[in-house]
Amino acid sequence: MNGVKSILLAGVGGQGTILASRLLTIGLLEMGHDVKMSEIHGMSQRGGSVTTQVRFGKKICAPTIGIGGADLLVSFEEMETYRWLSYIKPDGKVIMNDYRIPSAPILSGQADYPEGLKEEIQKKADLQIIDAAKMAMEIGQPKAMNVVLLGALVGSMDLMSVDWEKIIRENVRPQFVEGNLKAFRRGMDSVRAGEAHGI
Amino acid sequence: MSIELMTGNEAIARGVYEAGIRFAAAYPGTPSTEILETVAGWKDAVIAEWAPNEKVALESAFGFSIAGGRAFASMKQVGLNVASDPLFSMAYTGCNGALVVVTADEPGIHSSQTEQDNRYYAKMAKVPMLEPSDSQECKEMVLEAVRLSEQYKTPVLIRMTTRVCHSKGLVEIGERQEAPACAYEKDIWQYTTMPAVSKKLRVEIEERLARLRAVSEESRFNHIEWNDKKIGIMTSGISYQYAKESFQESASYLKIGFSFPLPMDKIRAFAKEVDTLYVIEETEPYLEEQVKAAGISCIGREKLTGVGELSVAILDKELRGVETTSLPIEEERLVARPPALCAGCPHRPVFYELAKRRDIIVSGDIGCYGLGAMPPLNGVDTILCMGASVSGAHGMAKAIETYGLNKKAVSVIGDSTFFHSGMTSLLDTIYNKSQAVTIILDNRITGMTGHQDHPGTGYTAQGDATREADIETIVKALGIQDVRKINPLDMELLRETLDWAFELDGPAVIITRWPCALKKMSQKDQTEFGTYFTKCAVDAKKCVGCKLCTKCGCPALRFDKEEGKASIDQVQCLGCMVCAQICPKDAISEVK
Repeated sequence: MNGVKSILLAGVGGQGTILASRLLTIGLLEMGHDVKMSEIHGMSQRGGSVTTQVRFGKKICAPTIGIGGADLLVSFEEMETYRWLSYIKPDGKVIMNDYRIPSAPILSGQADYPEGLKEEIQKKADLQIIDAAKMAMEIGQPKAMNVVLLGALVGSMDLMSVDWEKIIRENVRPQFVEGNLKAFRRGMDSVRAGEAHGI
Repeated sequence: MSIELMTGNEAIARGVYEAGIRFAAAYPGTPSTEILETVAGWKDAVIAEWAPNEKVALESAFGFSIAGGRAFASMKQVGLNVASDPLFSMAYTGCNGALVVVTADEPGIHSSQTEQDNRYYAKMAKVPMLEPSDSQECKEMVLEAVRLSEQYKTPVLIRMTTRVCHSKGLVEIGERQEAPACAYEKDIWQYTTMPAVSKKLRVEIEERLARLRAVSEESRFNHIEWNDKKIGIMTSGISYQYAKESFQESASYLKIGFSFPLPMDKIRAFAKEVDTLYVIEETEPYLEEQVKAAGISCIGREKLTGVGELSVAILDKELRGVETTSLPIEEERLVARPPALCAGCPHRPVFYELAKRRDIIVSGDIGCYGLGAMPPLNGVDTILCMGASVSGAHGMAKAIETYGLNKKAVSVIGDSTFFHSGMTSLLDTIYNKSQAVTIILDNRITGMTGHQDHPGTGYTAQGDATREADIETIVKALGIQDVRKINPLDMELLRETLDWAFELDGPAVIITRWPCALKKMSQKDQTEFGTYFTKCAVDAKKCVGCKLCTKCGCPALRFDKEEGKASIDQVQCLGCMVCAQICPKDAISEVK
């Protein structure tokens, strides 16, 4: 639909995709968009592959994004980027956290973490790699990798017309506000400073 | 008026609040759980209860309604199977104060046993049904359901699906409307279901449905949006959103929100105006069958399968012939990321030990511990439905006895599931002289749905301390004499206890009592279990790379193929010591 944008956030259960999406939707609402967001709870969460889907624009109907439907894929993990790649439009963008979480068959030595996925993704799509895990570590907030990525998303999609820092202050538990603010700034700056890179 | 972004579940809860409902009961179940959790937050306005099961939830809502109050019950789709008995009968008795029931279906089977279409319950039980397609409608339909319920003295069903429950959309916030209790007057010819009464009520149900059909014809939830008339689309629920996005202004829409009884005159009039009528719906051809039965031609199942969820891309392809272009990926390059029991899960050692025994059949149940069936644990043979583990094992034990098989039947059931429907099954094992062994995995909480209290936790849904049901006392009261309660993390004790139970002639019960690894420990829990959490680590010098530890399927365990050594992720490990007890070389120990 005209003017509607779709963002798919993909990761592994426990990585904080839901908090990042929640903050994102609050910001998009403040910008005056109609917004819908969809996620799956329950059994699929226990360490499995998870996505949240955010759509915004003048009027949103479907809350979900199908194959070939996302303008942007924000992926919190390398293999998950490849798993959800077919969900972006052929001219869609990818922001990928440079981070690997081996799944159960890999951990128990039954399979190897697939190599060469980044190359494959870059061949097909506009790939921006963010060292969000490293950045979060450097600013002393190892768990705020999700908010670093949110900052990168906001910077990359040019969604700077609302006060994101205020949104973080009002919607994150007090003890995590400062850490998340640092993480958000770091992520946004990384895109502006051109730190996001290909391979 | 303020506007908030809410999930469908939160919006239903908001509707419960605004409609002046005073009593809500539920049993947790994805995708419906958050409805009652949200309602529970309005402690001064609504009594919100976790019932032991859905049948109890619905029956207590019925009682509240008969006594004159506005009542509500919510459940997942298979929960309504459990509660179907009172549902069918309460269509006969009707209600007094409003009685609203939510069923949350799961096209796509994200976290359920079945892909079933509960719209047929409305038709079969003869109760009116509303079907929201977004969060705003969720709220509005609760208000409308309350109105309909009190005017026509019937329970009203609201049917949701996962994408409606768990998607967020904007909702207009209104004020709560308080309502006085409806007067209760004794009337055995209305409120009992003796055969003579039901015969009378049976006639009245048909009369009521005829009146409701007229309401459905006029309902604002059954509305037409005229655009191009070459294609007309009749649709309901989330499918409406997919259809609108796919066809936009190129088709006209008959959006069905009041979906039982259907507005057949409106449907006929709409069909007459359009060249081709598509019926777009997930799971079963509920609308399509009724349209076709009325002699109206339409296209539905010929083009759209009932398996799995619909999407905009499916409609684009199957109905508009537009193929969505996407980037191809090679699936075989991906490694699966299956869900697994958490690090520190107290169920893990039970399945690990059960899987080592070749002469047993393990009858499993519904909960996180269903994952015990998956490799590498492979500790469960069958999973059916809530509570079926215990009765299933009873049947297996009888077959083993009948045919002289060299097996032992074992069931595993969680604490919340035991309270839900395991207790009656366990009674069967003692009454009918079973040889089955029952293992109650008591992790002190309803785990899979995200930690809801139950009768055994000592707390209510609204956080009040209450009488704690003791499983051991219940088991003994049912007549089981051979009962042992153990800490499952002590694997030697666990093995001994299994040996003991398998040697007995009669039914035995083992209660493995240890809190869920993710549980927020109450004061009582801390007193009983302490704060045992530490970390384990592998001594690389002692590790011989046998990989035995990885057979317990703990997500904190890693195996480095090149080094040929195991290691433990220090972030995830909770120091449960299960892998340390499995390691034959004593290479794993607590980090001091």
